[in-house]
Amino acid sequence: MPLEVRTTSTLSEAASLLQAERTARFLAGGTLLMRAVNEGDVSFSTIVRTTDPAFGRMRAAGGRIELGAGVTMAQILASRELAFLHPVARAVGGPAVRTMATVGGNLFAAHPYGDFATALLALDARLQLASGFGVREMALEEFLQARERGPRQLVTAVSFERPSDPTAFRFRKMTRTHPKGAAVVTIAALVPASGGRVSAARVALGAMAAQPIRARAIERALEGRPLTAEGVAAAVAAAAREGDPPTDALASAWYRRRVVGVVLRRLLLGEV
Amino acid sequence: MTRAIRLELNGTEVAAVAEGGENLLSLLRGRLGDTSPKAGCLQGTCGACTVLVDGEPVVACLMLAEAVDGRRVTTVRGLADGPRLHPLQEAFMDGFAAQCGFCTPGMLMAAKALLDREPQPTREQVIEAIAGNVCRCTGYTPIVDAILEAARRMAGRRGRVEG
Ligand SMILES: Cc1cc2nc3c(=O)[nH]c(=O)nc-3n(C[C@H](O)[C@H](O)[C@H](O)COP(=O)(O)OP(=O)(O)OC[C@H]3O[C@@H](n4cnc5c(N)ncnc54)[C@H](O)[C@@H]3O)c2cc1C
Ligand code: FES
Ligand code: FES
Repeated sequence: MPLEVRTTSTLSEAASLLQAERTARFLAGGTLLMRAVNEGDVSFSTIVRTTDPAFGRMRAAGGRIELGAGVTMAQILASRELAFLHPVARAVGGPAVRTMATVGGNLFAAHPYGDFATALLALDARLQLASGFGVREMALEEFLQARERGPRQLVTAVSFERPSDPTAFRFRKMTRTHPKGAAVVTIAALVPASGGRVSAARVALGAMAAQPIRARAIERALEGRPLTAEGVAAAVAAAAREGDPPTDALASAWYRRRVVGVVLRRLLLGEV
Repeated sequence: MTRAIRLELNGTEVAAVAEGGENLLSLLRGRLGDTSPKAGCLQGTCGACTVLVDGEPVVACLMLAEAVDGRRVTTVRGLADGPRLHPLQEAFMDGFAAQCGFCTPGMLMAAKALLDREPQPTREQVIEAIAGNVCRCTGYTPIVDAILEAARRMAGRRGRVEG
């Protein structure tokens, strides 16, 4: 069935269209939505897209980084200022998918996808959302928790603080196939250390629940500890109790619970 | 809902009418008669439909056709220079990097995107560049070798021209 495609020149027009039409879907990179179109998904009849330049804009130079929701993984990989996020962008699909896949689309990607969203969660990102009524901000964590039930809103941008010490940001994705594949588990961690001890850690897990989650038990277990084998032992033990891992073709819930601590230990200790 | 678009396909201006929700692969194969990109999965997972849009690799099956309005599309049909094959195509032939050949158009375009950006890639970079392209026949090694060989030959030719 042919779809109606509405191309808007501004984000606010796109937001109004999405709000007005219940059967409309927003198209960003299309790597998930076009797949649904190709598979004959009839739950939507209109596609809304935008050519607003703000959608693909990056402000990466300063301490507060702002990415338009339409920024692609390839754009991030081309930015030297965002070098600390390169391992994250490279974890999403192959090069041809990365040319298209956007930051905003990743926030909606269902399990086992959402690697970039997992990293943004560890970075305490905030979202800008547009509706027909205007713009508002929301913490990514709150947004992800309500993702499945919430109303369809247009994400226009995400923002987060640049880690003052780039080595404090860690990211690792475990896959069955190499060099690319969907996640068995993904971990992003911000572990700033002062005087050799972790303070105010933020840890996020991907593929360990229906959507990326904050791992508060891991965070608590790291507080005030050094990043040594003994120092991280409690956090590694806590990892098995986080989330509600799905069973899928890649791994069982049982396996994910057992392996997440191993990946966490390697990530925190910098082991291969 | 249809939409009239214009694009540059392999160096030639063409006009086409895209159906609402149609993807670029269908436009190229069905409406523009360029069957060089292959239709494998229509899910973005096999890479057989890889083409370049403004020089960057995309999976054509997941790109909205009307999004290429005003843009430059390169398929494997545009790779050879008349009867002269592209060094990548020659190296694939010489190195038996194609068996059934179904993945080859996508592999060649993914490799071209790499060599345009990185004329002297490492083996790791080559593997990464074709990470989204599935091959059921070759076991990948001849493909990786052929891309590295093409890079060497192209560097040799540049050297001769400059020297
Ligand atoms: C072969 C392949 C491999 C992949 N590998 C990975 C992987 O390893 N890791 C991973 O995380 N993902 C992976 N993906 C999934 C996907 O490519 C990414 O999650 C990507 O970031 C999605 O972004 P998009 O712009 O393509 O989304 P789209 O397909 O454009 O949109 C996806 C959904 O989000 C909604 N949406 C998009 N942007 C917005 C917005 N700004 N505001 C409101 N709603 C919006 C759309 O309406 C749609 O419902 C893969 C996909 C493919 C095809
Ligand atoms: S047909 Fe496009 S990736 Fe398989
Ligand atoms: S040569 Fe047959 S799929 Fe690659």
